[in-house]
Amino acid sequence: MGQIEWAMWANEQALASGLILITGGIVATAGRFTQWYFGAYSIVAGVFVCLLEYPRGKRKKGSTMERWGQKYMTAVVKLFGPFTRNYYVRAVLHLLLSVPAGFLLATILGTACLAIASGIYLLAAVRGEQWTPIEPKPRERPQIGGTIKQPPSNPPPRPPAEARKKPSEEEAAAAAGGPSGGPQVNPIPVTDEVV
Amino acid sequence: MGNWVVNHWFSVLFLVVWLGLNVFLFVDAFLKYEKADKYYYTRKILGFCSRTLRKQLDHNLTFHKLVAYMICLHTAIHIIAHLFNFDCYSRSRQATDGSLASILSSLSHDEKKGGSWLNPIQSRNTTVEYVTFTSIAGLTGVIMTIALILMVTSATEFIRRSYFEVFWYTHHLFIFYILGLGIHGIGGIVRGQTEESMNESHPRKCAESFEMWDDRDSHCRRPKFEGHPPESWKWILAPVILYICERILRFYRSQQKVVITKVVMHPSKVLELQMNKRGFSMEVGQYIFVNCPSISLLEWHPFTLTSAPEEDFFSIHIRAAGDWTENLIRAFEQQYSPIPRIEVDGPFGTASEDVFQYEVAVLVGAGIGVTPFASILKSIWYKFQCADHNLKTKKIYFYWICRETGAFSWFNNLLTSLEQEMEELGKVGFLNYRLFLTGWDSNIVGHAALNFDKATDIVTGLKQKTSFGRPMWDNEFSTIATSHPKSVVGVFLCGPRTLAKSLRKCCHRYSSLDPRKVQFYFNKENF
Repeated sequence: MGQIEWAMWANEQALASGLILITGGIVATAGRFTQWYFGAYSIVAGVFVCLLEYPRGKRKKGSTMERWGQKYMTAVVKLFGPFTRNYYVRAVLHLLLSVPAGFLLATILGTACLAIASGIYLLAAVRGEQWTPIEPKPRERPQIGGTIKQPPSNPPPRPPAEARKKPSEEEAAAAAGGPSGGPQVNPIPVTDEVV
Repeated sequence: MGNWVVNHWFSVLFLVVWLGLNVFLFVDAFLKYEKADKYYYTRKILGFCSRTLRKQLDHNLTFHKLVAYMICLHTAIHIIAHLFNFDCYSRSRQATDGSLASILSSLSHDEKKGGSWLNPIQSRNTTVEYVTFTSIAGLTGVIMTIALILMVTSATEFIRRSYFEVFWYTHHLFIFYILGLGIHGIGGIVRGQTEESMNESHPRKCAESFEMWDDRDSHCRRPKFEGHPPESWKWILAPVILYICERILRFYRSQQKVVITKVVMHPSKVLELQMNKRGFSMEVGQYIFVNCPSISLLEWHPFTLTSAPEEDFFSIHIRAAGDWTENLIRAFEQQYSPIPRIEVDGPFGTASEDVFQYEVAVLVGAGIGVTPFASILKSIWYKFQCADHNLKTKKIYFYWICRETGAFSWFNNLLTSLEQEMEELGKVGFLNYRLFLTGWDSNIVGHAALNFDKATDIVTGLKQKTSFGRPMWDNEFSTIATSHPKSVVGVFLCGPRTLAKSLRKCCHRYSSLDPRKVQFYFNKENF
């Protein structure tokens, strides 16, 4: 059990709680229950929680499955820096958000679920987990001609070693730069070791 | 389309009947509360109320998920409906206008007067929240719903695949769910008029004259109500008993001794365990659940059996793919400590038992999905050697698709030995296999091109050359269709869903409309 990232489960739980808050809030406001304004609050809180929790954080080990279309919210959530990165902040935030919804029966389920999510986030924060955004991989520009390998620059038939040395000394003096056609200009002096 | 129906008619029929029953029960219960006279006053105080019913039948994973979604849907409907109900009850209690609703609400809870109340909210000051948390129905409802939500959030595919223990242990909250469900209706909050009271003062006669109920000379008396007896236990009793029996069976099976006859450490951290258990008999492609108490008391993990039924042991190959497997491999690697005890439950069957019924079999194993085919190939080979007449299979096309062969070098060895044995028997055409490496780069291809003329493949050492990339199924299927124009071909896959989709499509496309000509039937392993 050592490698569990609790934040991932907390994220699922919080997302579910957001949806439950929204549903309970709609029921309370549409039905005009007593104190239905708590229902209206619950809808707003639910939407906020859903938006915050929609972008999944990156797992420490292994690949992470992104939720569909999450890159837009990732950009927004990233902007808040430490407030969204730190899970202690999220734990406290969710706990506070869940309290007002607890006054109405229709939304009390959302309160309970969000409070549980807050608890799991607290556990995640204690274990040092953090929210890291999933960055899109930079597309590797295909380098035109990058895979073309140059043909060998001194193909056989090669003249014997002695013949190679003399013209290279002359050419090194005369040439302006870069190898040209004809005998190879070796940047490192090549010595013939055959005795 | 025709092929799909032929392959799936039983599941479709089962689902249609089950959904039909669900709809019927829902409508039936709904109409009962909507129309029956017994609930006339209940309706008056509420509006209408709906009751949810759901059945629990565990058939396999897909059905289990379907049932779970139904439960969630019905739970939502149930909760929303009762929220409206409670609000109506509350308003009725608060009403002071002497309306029917307020008089009905004032029916007392006092047991001495018969306890024939209708409105569960007893006094003006009682809030719905108070009733929720002090009534059995409300409290169990809240506990059940929270358990359900926790189970669902920890069972999403992402969590299940990445952190299995979270899913496994949280899912055991179902115990609280079932217990809560059994006692949810005990309080009898949903009430209908008693028989006696109906005979005395039927709502059709008396509802209009509710102001005069207390008059001594009126024909009508105050109606009396009784709670509806709890019914949910009737639905869950049978499945709960079945489940308990299954757990007892698993416990009994796990207590039986498993003797480990051989332990082999293959390259790339693959552990092979060959075991024996009294009374154990298997078929090809089945799997077992394995528990190792010294690593984790409660975790049971499934592994496909890689041995053939003809062998005198059964074996599994375990690859390091998580906490439990890594710990297990490490425990077996210790040379000086005693071998850990293993408990086995199973075997459980899957579709590959049908392999021998097809004249031509196309087996596709992708990645780790190649394991059931180890068992199948070995078994086919044994049957072939003994000239077993039950073996209808005349030809096998085996496609092995994986990123790199490292973790499956043991399977490689199996193919090599099969190759050799077939050559010795002179039956080289029986098994056609092709290996596709999808994780190739230009280096590997370069080497392959250079060694083109060698008799054996440089990557695997097999006579059959490795191909790179993914197979082109259209080509494969059309070749098979032309070589076997009159046969029934069974296609078996153990691999990812996308591959299943393309194979299924090819099966439909290349099956001839004439039932006497070539027919492809698709079977997918479900892990």
